[in-house]
Amino acid sequence: MTRPGPDASRRGFFAKVLAIACGGLATAVPCGAGLFAFLDPLRRRGEASTFRPVADLAAIPDDGLPRQFSVIADRVDAWTGFAAEPIGAVYLRREKGSREVEALSATCPHAGCFVDLDKGSHCFRCPCHNSTFTLDGGIVDPSPSPRAMDALECRVGARGEVEVKWQRFRAGVADKVVQG
Amino acid sequence: MTPSRQGPFARLADFLDDRTGYRSLLHEALYERVPGGARWRYVWGSTLVFAFMTQVITGLFLWASYSPSAQTAWESVYFIQHEMAGGWLLRGIHHFMAQAMVVLLALHLLQVVIDGAYKAPREVNFWLGLVLMMLVLGMALTGYLLPWDQKGYWATIVATNLAGIVPFVGPSLQQLVIGGSEYGHHTLTRFFAIHAGFLPAALIVFLVVHLAVFRRHGLHAKQPITKPDGMFWPDQLLRDAVAMLAVMAVVLGVILVPALRAMLAGEVVVPGELGAELGAPADPSLPYAAARPEWYFLFLFQFLKVFEGWGATGEFVGAIVMPGLIMTVMVLMPIVGGWRLGHRFNVAFTLAVLAGAGLLTAMALNEDYYALWVNRAGLAEAETLFDQTGGDAEKLLVALGGDRAKASAIERQWTTVEKLRRSEAFLTAVKQAKTDAARAVELAGRPERIPPAGMLDLVRQDPLSQGPRIFAQHCGSCHAHVDPLAADAEAEIAASSAPNLHGFGGEGWVRGLLTPAEVAGPAYYGNTAHREGDMVSFVQNDLVDEATWPKADIDAVVAALVAESGQPVPSSIAPRVEHGRGLVAAEERCGGCHTFRDNGVALGTAPDLTGWGGRDWLVAIITDPSHERFYGDRNDRMPSFGMAAEGAVPPLSRKQIELVADWLRGEWYRPAVPRGRP
Ligand code: FES
Repeated sequence: MTRPGPDASRRGFFAKVLAIACGGLATAVPCGAGLFAFLDPLRRRGEASTFRPVADLAAIPDDGLPRQFSVIADRVDAWTGFAAEPIGAVYLRREKGSREVEALSATCPHAGCFVDLDKGSHCFRCPCHNSTFTLDGGIVDPSPSPRAMDALECRVGARGEVEVKWQRFRAGVADKVVQG
Repeated sequence: MTPSRQGPFARLADFLDDRTGYRSLLHEALYERVPGGARWRYVWGSTLVFAFMTQVITGLFLWASYSPSAQTAWESVYFIQHEMAGGWLLRGIHHFMAQAMVVLLALHLLQVVIDGAYKAPREVNFWLGLVLMMLVLGMALTGYLLPWDQKGYWATIVATNLAGIVPFVGPSLQQLVIGGSEYGHHTLTRFFAIHAGFLPAALIVFLVVHLAVFRRHGLHAKQPITKPDGMFWPDQLLRDAVAMLAVMAVVLGVILVPALRAMLAGEVVVPGELGAELGAPADPSLPYAAARPEWYFLFLFQFLKVFEGWGATGEFVGAIVMPGLIMTVMVLMPIVGGWRLGHRFNVAFTLAVLAGAGLLTAMALNEDYYALWVNRAGLAEAETLFDQTGGDAEKLLVALGGDRAKASAIERQWTTVEKLRRSEAFLTAVKQAKTDAARAVELAGRPERIPPAGMLDLVRQDPLSQGPRIFAQHCGSCHAHVDPLAADAEAEIAASSAPNLHGFGGEGWVRGLLTPAEVAGPAYYGNTAHREGDMVSFVQNDLVDEATWPKADIDAVVAALVAESGQPVPSSIAPRVEHGRGLVAAEERCGGCHTFRDNGVALGTAPDLTGWGGRDWLVAIITDPSHERFYGDRNDRMPSFGMAAEGAVPPLSRKQIELVADWLRGEWYRPAVPRGRP
């Protein structure tokens, strides 16, 4: 081969840039299309939180002890629609003679495990990292959980139907921030 | 390499090179000599690598959203195609790049054979290439099933059944890939693992070896060499890159041109309808006459027909022996190529195989789409005679008054007529498949979404999908169901032997029934035993007497009956519903024969008009028209579809009867916003 002159090397540079541009563009198409579709979940909004019936007032004895109830709702999982499915759990309790019901989400604010009711020692205990909470959800130190159990808005209708505004909160932070 | 001593990037590069030696690697990879300079004819191998890379990338992203099981495969592909933003594009690229890959394979093979690049010392690499080809075709075959739609399902059934005829191991092989004796969850999990795991992994291994061996022997230059040598980088790579971009542009073009056309025509572009098709969900109980393999396998499909008359041996020869022989000749090419005239033979053989495949493909397409381009005018007489005689030669001779010459001429045309009829059946099936697919997508978009039991379950509960099929199978041999205003309605209605049920229960239908000129016509009782019955006589003799039956009263009866069926009552007669009910009940009017609500008329003289045409009424009459509530022992020929002797199964299940009833009443899911409208 002869030594390439300045003309040839300029042509060589141009060819290199063009080759990279064409190859890059061709490869960018599948990568771009794939990534765009992959990011689809970020473009989806969660369900708006609404009050959902969870129990009857009569089913919550007025002894100050929490009882566990399922939150039932229609749920959509990507393409599947589930009618009236348990989507989460709450603890409900009410004081002697009161019509007012307190609702606590059963989801641990630390990292999202399902908090157990420890009837023996009259407290809530999370099985994952042993966060302990008082029966009204208050934090018992020392606790891995940065905040108390999440209280949920709750209302009691005229016919005694107890409704809870079901929400999920971000785990692991001191503030109660609604998720989604 | 002399390390440079400039800025931080250069120093980082020096560091990396010192630790990895990437410069010499890159140099080795890029600075390959291209004897005789870069040429366009060398691009095919690179475009294939690019196509495969595209499939890996798009395939992985599709994997992230695909769910292989009989209840979720179609559903997840639907979700990708119709609901995920850009999913249609991703799937479209994967689908059409697979097809591009088959074309590029053929071109690469052709170039290698014509250039003699398979000869010593490159024999092994040629064989590696053949293995790669089989792997790619295997991926194409397995990928076709994954959406679990009717098309992929039925085409793959054929493929796996053919695998089953391989001697000795066939049945076990078939059972292994299917994951049992029936298609189901494990068919999908296995096909998916083969498609996205085993085959690509094998392909990568073979590809690496293929490329390594390719580098060892260097590029096989096209002789004679006239130009000075070039370098792989950038001379040849530039051409390769341009070719890759061109391939991608073609794939994108195939996906996007329909959108462009629709836009130019001022239509709404529905992204989910672009790119790869998605048929209706696979249904083992629903025959699918539009089943065809992907176009690049059509020649094999057609090839089997060559051996049609041979029975099982034919399949064995067509699907296994012949392709096996062709592959054997290809494997032997490097050896044959060393003989005198051997290379010419190889080139001729390859061209012959490709031409043969092309011809077979053309034949397959011609058979399927024959009806679109055949000159029907020339066949008109033959077609008419074919229908009249049912294709019977004896009868034909009689019909032609013994004219033997003409009879044999017509008989020759009958071959074409039969071909035409087969093609028409295929085209009808394709159209039906499109309708079913569109309906499935419409149903999947319901606010309630797809039930956990899957899409097929939902389709089976859909009156619009099932009603026409059940009707055609069980009711259509007597009843017509055709809009009286449609083009061919008259002939169809005349040929029926029971009332036309189109629009049953609606205003038009009821009015026709009460019209003297129509009630004894073929659209109502004309072709039934009731032609001479009391109802016909009542409409023709009593209703015409305007003194007892002024038009306002007839309107009122129409309004009452339409209201009874639950169909919309036109506002012009809606105020008369109550008055009409009185007339229907009254003894000197309809109540003379018909029971209506609490008018006290005993059942048995005429059908009960309580809830007439409503869902329950329809379900009941289809179940048992001979019940005293309906026609009793004066029932004409209508079978009791829901009745059976002890222990026997009735012709139609309760569910099927409900589906027909709902369909007749026009009760099925309609999207609030029709598809394609923003
Ligand atoms: S999740 Fe409950 S303590 Fe960690």
